[in-house]
Amino acid sequence: MQTTSIHFKANARRALADESLQRSLTRMRVGFQHKRAVAAAKLPEFETLRDQARDLKDHVLEHLDFYLEAFEAKVKEQGGQVHWARDAAEARQIILDICQAVNARTVTKGKSMISEEIGLNKHLQAHGLTPIETDLGEYIIQLRQEHPSHIIAPALHLHKEDVAETFHQHHAQYGLTRKLTQAPELLSEARQVLRSQFLAADVGITGANFCVVETGSTVIVTNEGNGDLTQTLPKVHIALTSIDKLAPTLDDVTLLLRVLVRSATGQETSVYTTFSSGPRRADDLDGPEQFHVVLLDNGRSTMLGTEFQDMLRCIRCGACMNHCPVYGAVGGHAYGWVYPGPMGAVLTPQMTGIDQAGHLPNASTFCGRCEAVCPVRIPLPKMMRHWREREFQRHLSPRSVRYGLRAWSFAVRRPALYQRLAGLGAWLLKRLARGRGRLSRLPLAGGWTAGRDLPAPSGHTFQQQWRRRGRGV
Amino acid sequence: MSAAREAILTTLRRQLKRGPLSDESRSRLQQRLAQPPRHTVPQRGLLPHSEQIGLFIRMAEQADASVQRLSTSAAIPAAIADYIQRHNLPSELVMAPDPSVSELPWAEQAHLRTRVGAAGDQDKVCVSPAFVGIAETGTLMLLSGAQTPTTLNFLPDAHIVVLPAERIVGPYEDAWQRLREQQVALPRTVNLITGPSRSADIEQTLQLGAHGPMQLHIIILDHPS
Repeated sequence: MQTTSIHFKANARRALADESLQRSLTRMRVGFQHKRAVAAAKLPEFETLRDQARDLKDHVLEHLDFYLEAFEAKVKEQGGQVHWARDAAEARQIILDICQAVNARTVTKGKSMISEEIGLNKHLQAHGLTPIETDLGEYIIQLRQEHPSHIIAPALHLHKEDVAETFHQHHAQYGLTRKLTQAPELLSEARQVLRSQFLAADVGITGANFCVVETGSTVIVTNEGNGDLTQTLPKVHIALTSIDKLAPTLDDVTLLLRVLVRSATGQETSVYTTFSSGPRRADDLDGPEQFHVVLLDNGRSTMLGTEFQDMLRCIRCGACMNHCPVYGAVGGHAYGWVYPGPMGAVLTPQMTGIDQAGHLPNASTFCGRCEAVCPVRIPLPKMMRHWREREFQRHLSPRSVRYGLRAWSFAVRRPALYQRLAGLGAWLLKRLARGRGRLSRLPLAGGWTAGRDLPAPSGHTFQQQWRRRGRGV
Repeated sequence: MSAAREAILTTLRRQLKRGPLSDESRSRLQQRLAQPPRHTVPQRGLLPHSEQIGLFIRMAEQADASVQRLSTSAAIPAAIADYIQRHNLPSELVMAPDPSVSELPWAEQAHLRTRVGAAGDQDKVCVSPAFVGIAETGTLMLLSGAQTPTTLNFLPDAHIVVLPAERIVGPYEDAWQRLREQQVALPRTVNLITGPSRSADIEQTLQLGAHGPMQLHIIILDHPS
């Protein structure tokens, strides 16, 4: 996928002026935040489970080589195949090879962010295959040739009128020409159209929320049932996942599921949680004849042992973006790549380069809500700060920021000078305010005062006031 | 692609600043896999068995499943015929080959046409047995197998599941334990199912009946013969 993270500022300005998007985002903020809060309150052990989920993921990361090998052995033992991919290109090739080996024409797909990460659909299409997204949200945006704007609610930015328009345009070929207006009708039409696709597909590709080492299973967590039809009906099932998704045992995956679903949609559990282990057995009446697991690295291994290791705990619930004031204001597309919100602001620079994605870790007020709701307690603000440091070290920040910081650092290391300058500033700002107590315009800070007034200081710095008060005691 | 495998494992070990794990560490981790430690188990599911049944019913209904209790399995065909009539469903039924459902007195329901096997696109109503029910969240666990094909769980519009009351457990951990005790290896598919299929992808408004069943009916059997 083409990244436009470098244009984040322009993307964000456009998003803020997009009235339709703003209505969608308002709905999102109310819905997700409320549902998570209710679900968390209904489980008294929730905070304890979050601590344990964090510790479990840390344990897995410390022994990742062992668990990957053990998982691979278990999958093979049950007749499945495991493919390792260093990067997106390798993963795409592996999947294309599997599809071509069975002369596949159509491929149904369950929802997978890794598929977005490696740009799988475009690659399959370029080689004459037809990939069909079957998750309702993914299906809608595939028809519209858009990208997901949220990792668990891909069509979050759209309204039902948009969906109706899209279906009207694309479903005429199936003889469905009535223009629909209600969400239930739209869902029912999508069900009808996709049903025949499920039955006709040669290969089914799903993601995997988790890989269980104990049993060699991949796990998908869904509500629609599309993932299950995708992986049950075709003769080949490919589970596309990444090396950071391992859970050692069924008990461990249960812990992660308990925090994942509540953090994501606020459900007690998802409608379907499905464990797949190997291909259909000799006497099974249905199920795929081949089972493949593709394990993608794509830069994750190099995050281990660095200040970004904690990010590998992420279980992709989306709570960080649901609670982020920046995501809530500009939506997912502004971030310009696959992963938006706070988790995207940490992952995107890793995967596309800080020179491309430098704006993302800067687009944060460090309010800390993402870390406060993260089910595996990832210190997201701290990691965004690490990216800002790297950006500064590599001289990628704008000149004004670098010179400004250099001047500030010169002054702050000379307390006498700093106090004098601060005193001068406070005095000047008070004079400029002319007794109104606020400034509606300020040289060099037009960006700040364009949207609001700057409260004027009292005329004395904190240190001056402290000294005066000290004398008075 | 064994080059990729070696490269990834080498990078992981380099980043972790160590070589392959020592035999001692490996056997410690093997031990952990063989005897999975339990994390905190929510109190909610830790109840006497009789109360687990009540909790299961409450949670399943909260997830929009319907639940019915029957005393014996002989009463199942009549109950299903009644369900089909009440919901205005076609009187054709596909059922799992498992004897617990296929060998019931179906002949007594003369107007029901029944078939045994996997589900196809034309099937609208089906019956299959659950392996266990998990009270904590009102969740059914269904296993794939020659007697219990997976397509039954997803293709028909209405899915009816038979669950003996003695097979209801409190927390997930107990369900896994039962699975480990009764199965040498896992079947191809383990389905955890909580309510009928749904989607909130249009305007975040929940709609029941997405790609899987539009209704899920659970029959709890108090005295399976």
